[in-house]
Amino acid sequence: MNRLLDLVALLGAAVLGFVGYIGEVSLFALSGLSHIFRPPYYPRLVGKAFMDIGYFSLPVVALTALFTGMVLALQSYTGFSRFGAESAIASVVVLSVTRELGPVLAGLMVSGRAGAAMAAELGTMRVTDQIDALSTLSTEPMKYLVAPRLLAGIIALPLLVVLADILGVAGGYIVATEKLGFAPGTYLSSTFSNFEAQDVISGLIKAAVFGFVIALMGCFNGYRSKGGAQGVGTATTTAVVSASILILALDYVLTQLLFVK
Amino acid sequence: MSQPKIRVRALKKAFGSKVVLDGVDLDVEQGTALVVVGGSGTGKSVLIKSILGLVTPDAGMIEIDGEDVLKASPARARELRGQIGMLFQNGALFDSLPVWENVTFGLLAQKRIRRREARDKAVEILAQVGLGADVAKLSPSELSGGMQKRVALARAIAAEPAIMFFDEPTTGLDPIMGAVIDELIVHCVKKLGSSSIAITHDMASAQRIGDNAAMLYQGKVTWAGPARELLTTTNPVVEQFTHGRAEGPIQMALRR
Repeated sequence: MNRLLDLVALLGAAVLGFVGYIGEVSLFALSGLSHIFRPPYYPRLVGKAFMDIGYFSLPVVALTALFTGMVLALQSYTGFSRFGAESAIASVVVLSVTRELGPVLAGLMVSGRAGAAMAAELGTMRVTDQIDALSTLSTEPMKYLVAPRLLAGIIALPLLVVLADILGVAGGYIVATEKLGFAPGTYLSSTFSNFEAQDVISGLIKAAVFGFVIALMGCFNGYRSKGGAQGVGTATTTAVVSASILILALDYVLTQLLFVK
Repeated sequence: MSQPKIRVRALKKAFGSKVVLDGVDLDVEQGTALVVVGGSGTGKSVLIKSILGLVTPDAGMIEIDGEDVLKASPARARELRGQIGMLFQNGALFDSLPVWENVTFGLLAQKRIRRREARDKAVEILAQVGLGADVAKLSPSELSGGMQKRVALARAIAAEPAIMFFDEPTTGLDPIMGAVIDELIVHCVKKLGSSSIAITHDMASAQRIGDNAAMLYQGKVTWAGPARELLTTTNPVVEQFTHGRAEGPIQMALRR
């Protein structure tokens, strides 16, 4: 009986801990978002965060998108040729890339690069008292450190996804025309006739949400980091893992909201 | 008697079951320097972080200029605490900014100077702590420990605060550099006419920078008096601490 009670207590503590964690993340997100709209503003910091998240993630996102498009074309050909449906490859590539793979893969890549860097930077600032120092210098740390990163994440990821979409489709085009023997004009016309603006827009909406999630988890975990170097390491790992899981989970939720009628 | 610049009464703070401050009372008179001494983990940093608003106390009163900051509106509490300049133990310089921007950070945040004037202002303040203009463009990581402490002191005095806090200002420095930093602290505090609290383990430093002293032990102020009496008091706790004896009431408390 006691063992059963211990188990229930353990389960209850875990549930309470989880609910508490969700509450803390939500309050942190609301506070960060509210600081975006209230002065003083830090445009230089938004620009710097935009460069860190967007510009410096360009190579990794570009390569990921290009090779994903290429592999997608190859794999689709393997499958569709069994049913004589090779002509659907262009549609599969463009819809998969714009609706799903572009935003999700860009999100995962940026999470591993920029989200980790954010957590490490803020975590180091926390354990070396730099965040406390900001407070003593008439500066609200949430406004100075978190709000610019959240805003930059929301803006930068959709722009990266536009690039990922173009390169993903280009990867499919290169493989289809150079290796699989498709006529360039036919492939392109099939690509453009089978996707709509809604496909790209919905992908960009996903990207904005993912950008927010990456910045949020990076900032949240870094900001609350404690315990020196080990704490910073833990914060960095947690930021990447939690952002990645949230991206995949939210992808399903957003797909349900945006595409399923 | 004039109103103290800072008055702390019955201040309590616990982290979980660990009681750190258990009813601390202390006063800092206008224009005087109080040195708080005590062993590691006795709550010295928690005390000044509570006054700064970086830690929320569980109970008690903290008055600045006769106003209880714990009961004041958030805006008023920010205003009262805005008078405080802080030198952190490890400097806490912003790695991502050059020295000149670190030094003028508070002034820029308060819009007391424009960005294009900031570099010249930083050079002026750096000169007050004995650093040349060539340091202004360097990154904090390019400086030695002593220079980082000086830059952090320059940042703390830049806004000419009415109150200054120093968290173990000589920790990690050689004795000569420690003495130099102490001299700079005394010079800056006297020049600005500030009231200050310094926390330290370093008895030589405590004697140099303090007018008054208080010893924290088991969450309370166990002794308070003129700093010059720190080494001559017969209080057994202070005597053991200041003379660094292994045997005495502090050791006995640890054994219990």
